[in-house]
Amino acid sequence: MEAVFLSFILMLSIFLGFELISKVPATLHTPLMSGANAISGITVLGALIAAGQEHAAAATWLGAVAVMFATINVVGGYMVTDRMLGMFKKKDKGGAA
Amino acid sequence: MTLSPVFINFTYIISAILFIYGLKMLGHPDTARRGNLLSAIGMFIAIVFTLFAQEIVRFEYIIGAMLAGAIIGALAARLVAMTSMPEMVALFNGSGGAASLLVGWAVLYDELLPSAGAVADGVLGTAGVAAGVSTFTLITVILSILIGGVTASGSVIAYAKLAEKMTSAAIVFSGQRIVNSLILLGIVVSAVMFTMDPAIGSTWFWVLLGLSLLLGVMAVIPIGGADMPVVISLLNSYSGLAACAAGFAIENNLLIVAGSTVGAAGIILTNIMCKAMNRSLANVLFSGFGAVKQASKVEGEVKPINVDDAYLILESASSVVFVPGYGMAVAQAQHVVRELGELLEKNGCEVNFAIHPVAGRMPGHMNVLLAEANVPYEQLVEMDDINPRLPNTDVAIVIGANDVVNPAAREDENSPIYGMPIINVDHARTVFVLKRSMGSGFSGVDNPLFFGENTRMLFGDAKQSIAGLVAAFKS
Repeated sequence: MEAVFLSFILMLSIFLGFELISKVPATLHTPLMSGANAISGITVLGALIAAGQEHAAAATWLGAVAVMFATINVVGGYMVTDRMLGMFKKKDKGGAA
Repeated sequence: MTLSPVFINFTYIISAILFIYGLKMLGHPDTARRGNLLSAIGMFIAIVFTLFAQEIVRFEYIIGAMLAGAIIGALAARLVAMTSMPEMVALFNGSGGAASLLVGWAVLYDELLPSAGAVADGVLGTAGVAAGVSTFTLITVILSILIGGVTASGSVIAYAKLAEKMTSAAIVFSGQRIVNSLILLGIVVSAVMFTMDPAIGSTWFWVLLGLSLLLGVMAVIPIGGADMPVVISLLNSYSGLAACAAGFAIENNLLIVAGSTVGAAGIILTNIMCKAMNRSLANVLFSGFGAVKQASKVEGEVKPINVDDAYLILESASSVVFVPGYGMAVAQAQHVVRELGELLEKNGCEVNFAIHPVAGRMPGHMNVLLAEANVPYEQLVEMDDINPRLPNTDVAIVIGANDVVNPAAREDENSPIYGMPIINVDHARTVFVLKRSMGSGFSGVDNPLFFGENTRMLFGDAKQSIAGLVAAFKS
């Protein structure tokens, strides 16, 4: 039953994703991509649980490496997206010469 | 202190709302930055509350790994040059994929080793499953290793291609499809064998892991540099799907929601990129570009122009459209281009930038570069909006773009890029093409534009040529 429940969530989220992104101007394609990429670092939650458990040493190590990779993804992804978006400016009135 | 799984899952709902809202706001220039911030807050909440989960009993590894990851990520995000953004995004994709792979792998230990008393508290979300592992869990673990592996190794190859650490041309060899089919078959076989007899250290597991990584490499090497926007957005989608698969493996709703939303978003972007090249995804993925058909030979006389003459024409122009391509990024010419644009405007000229959806090496690459150079985004015009205006444009300046302005895509049925929508610069009254020297562009396709009646070639380094024009305007 758990599998069915999770699959339902999957199905709904995919439709949601399609709806959310379908009309994004080309200007924002890169930030959108790197912002979405940062979200995919959500796998860090699984990594945290693996790295923090006290069960098998190997799993802890795998988890710790996973935490590192996922954190790179999350921190780097959000920061680089913010940096890019900070550069998108409207034309300031008066105009820079 | 630990919190109950139910409570933690409630906080995940808040995170999911923030992600969804954040993604929605990322779709509009005015709200994009706040949207990104919202989504980051969602991530922060999810991470903090997960740390209170019952199964997390030790923090020394976590703290070390998070610190290392945060420092690496922050430094990379701060220091990367805007021109290297495609490589950076590829690497971030890859690290997400690698993380999902490792999570899936770690779950195996959790499921396959006889449970120690210390973890009797149970896994988050599962209701005390008896010893032994369900086929469903195994399949999801295999999927997260497979998708995560393909994402990780594929991204590394994409990075190497984009950073020119290896040839960015398509690598094609005879029998490639057979090799790839064998790899796929091997993955299916090893997955089935491993599912039937799961054990830590099983040979089938290592075969599966190795083949998954190999598949990522094989999937990306036949893709040429000009097709990179498709690959980057596809890998982006995969990194989401990998997280989603890992979510199934650990039965975590938030991973599934966030992962599949990102996966779907990546697919849409991939689709936009494919449409912009008038090719199907299968065509991009499985056929090395340019090797297919021989285009009709274009011949004609090239009419060069020097900076002084170009200045005279621009000086009297009342509308100018810049068409940037990957060459502008390579020459780092975006800042001088912006300067020239401002000088032209001061001269009473209407200035726009025409951006082809696949110009550059990732979706929206040119927009980011020009934004970095302080070009206001209202001046960046999409292909479909600029084309009707080009016949009334005095000068179109092509900077390091080739295929996206190649009229052969419209006229020559034998051209490999026939049918690809292009920016019709040849319809403008005059076209300047800035080009290092004669020679065809990335895809190796001849470009009749260079021989056009109204085309003038401005040979030399794009940055120097533009700087020359800027100097001429200032004097």
